[in-house]
Amino acid sequence: MDRPLGLLAELTYKCPLHCPYCSNPVAVPRAAELTLHEWCRVLAEARQLGVLQLHLTGGEPLVRPDLTPLITQARDLGFYVNLVTSGVGLDERRASELAHAGLDHVQLSMQDADRGAADEIAGARVFGHKLAAARAVTAVELPLTINVVLHRGNIGRIGPIADLAAALSADRLELAHTQYYGWGLLNRSALLPTRDQVVAAEHAVAHARATYGDTLEILYVVADYHESYPKPCMHGWGRRHIVIAPDGRVLPCPAAAQIVGLGIETVRERPLNEIWHHSPAFTRFRGYGWMSEPCRSCARKEIDFGGCRCQAFQLTGDASRADPVCQLSPDNHLVEAALRVVGPPHQPLHPRSNPSVE
Amino acid sequence: MTAALLLTDRPQLRRGVRAATDPLSDETVLLFPEGVLILNETAAAVVRQCDGCLSVAEVAQAVGEVYDDVAVADVMSLLRDLIAQKLLVANRG
Ligand code: SF4
Ligand code: SF4
Repeated sequence: MDRPLGLLAELTYKCPLHCPYCSNPVAVPRAAELTLHEWCRVLAEARQLGVLQLHLTGGEPLVRPDLTPLITQARDLGFYVNLVTSGVGLDERRASELAHAGLDHVQLSMQDADRGAADEIAGARVFGHKLAAARAVTAVELPLTINVVLHRGNIGRIGPIADLAAALSADRLELAHTQYYGWGLLNRSALLPTRDQVVAAEHAVAHARATYGDTLEILYVVADYHESYPKPCMHGWGRRHIVIAPDGRVLPCPAAAQIVGLGIETVRERPLNEIWHHSPAFTRFRGYGWMSEPCRSCARKEIDFGGCRCQAFQLTGDASRADPVCQLSPDNHLVEAALRVVGPPHQPLHPRSNPSVE
Repeated sequence: MTAALLLTDRPQLRRGVRAATDPLSDETVLLFPEGVLILNETAAAVVRQCDGCLSVAEVAQAVGEVYDDVAVADVMSLLRDLIAQKLLVANRG
């Protein structure tokens, strides 16, 4: 079965928050966002390709005034529709509107369990809005996953974060270490936790799981920098997922736009079906033929697909190398070096700013 | 961790999990926030009976009427597996 299952629709790069770990690109090209009409066409094309799941993300998808009709259209086409949101602007009226349109699930980001720390890292006083958003989501009986990106500043509060998620009646809590792309990479030395913190976090997760049992499912997405082998990024390049940027560029991974010379095409120029099958951006790292050693003759390549192409590009300048996170990679010293410079607990962060794409 | 499952439990898809038909293969799939699970024919028949009202015993009986090679133990082990994957919940009492 070689077909895409998931579509990540980045509806906009605008966001009222300024999370310094945001994985959105630091610089985005000036281009108009896809209209509702264009998105509807693209969704129909994605459905024909076999996509079953639609993740509406950004930026903040709620800033799109046409979110509701988009969800209606997506459900009519048969997608499972997941909204990934910061919750700002999600009151009970809007939540009920989205639920009626057919939304299946809400993934709400929270920054921390501590109000002051949460608002500081978000760069906006939004903690109260997020509590209200969580209550609005559960009030209209939409399933709720609370997402927390872990970094040096909040990783010590996994217990209180789980308590908060349980108090908000979340179905699930996803604790995911920062992925070092975009703003996250820019702020890496201030965000990376120490190895001791990572070990303590694992204990805290186990403790929270024991405390909440079946009442709160806790997912823990490990810190790849601290692992011996890379993550199976996107379940393989051009294998299961499609990402569409706000301006219609079609990517195999949200961070792929930075790879120089990838030959990215847009849904404004070519049907999605052709892009999926033939676009150089998708065929370049599909399968195993592009691999060099040590991946080429490694048995793990079918598990991790050589790791993340974007991470390889960011750290080595060559997207076709093994993910430097891998202990077998000749570039692993680059990750080791990043871990060595994990410095004092408080370092200045560059808050995410909004792109000037009006 | 194997969840204890009683014949009197009434299984049901968990909130946020939806059964659908794959437009390409016509197979039944379970859709949930993190992914997709493709069900084989008998698993699909079992899941279709899991409405939160029928007990495990009743589900097994209904499926057994259509597929006579499916034993109660098979249904139980499938349900346990789906519960462990957090796709199904078992109502009790
Ligand atoms: S990570 Fe923060 S800044 Fe980035 S899109 Fe999400 S809420 Fe907005
Ligand atoms: S050498 Fe390549 S395929 Fe093998 S574990 Fe490392 S990244 Fe994965």
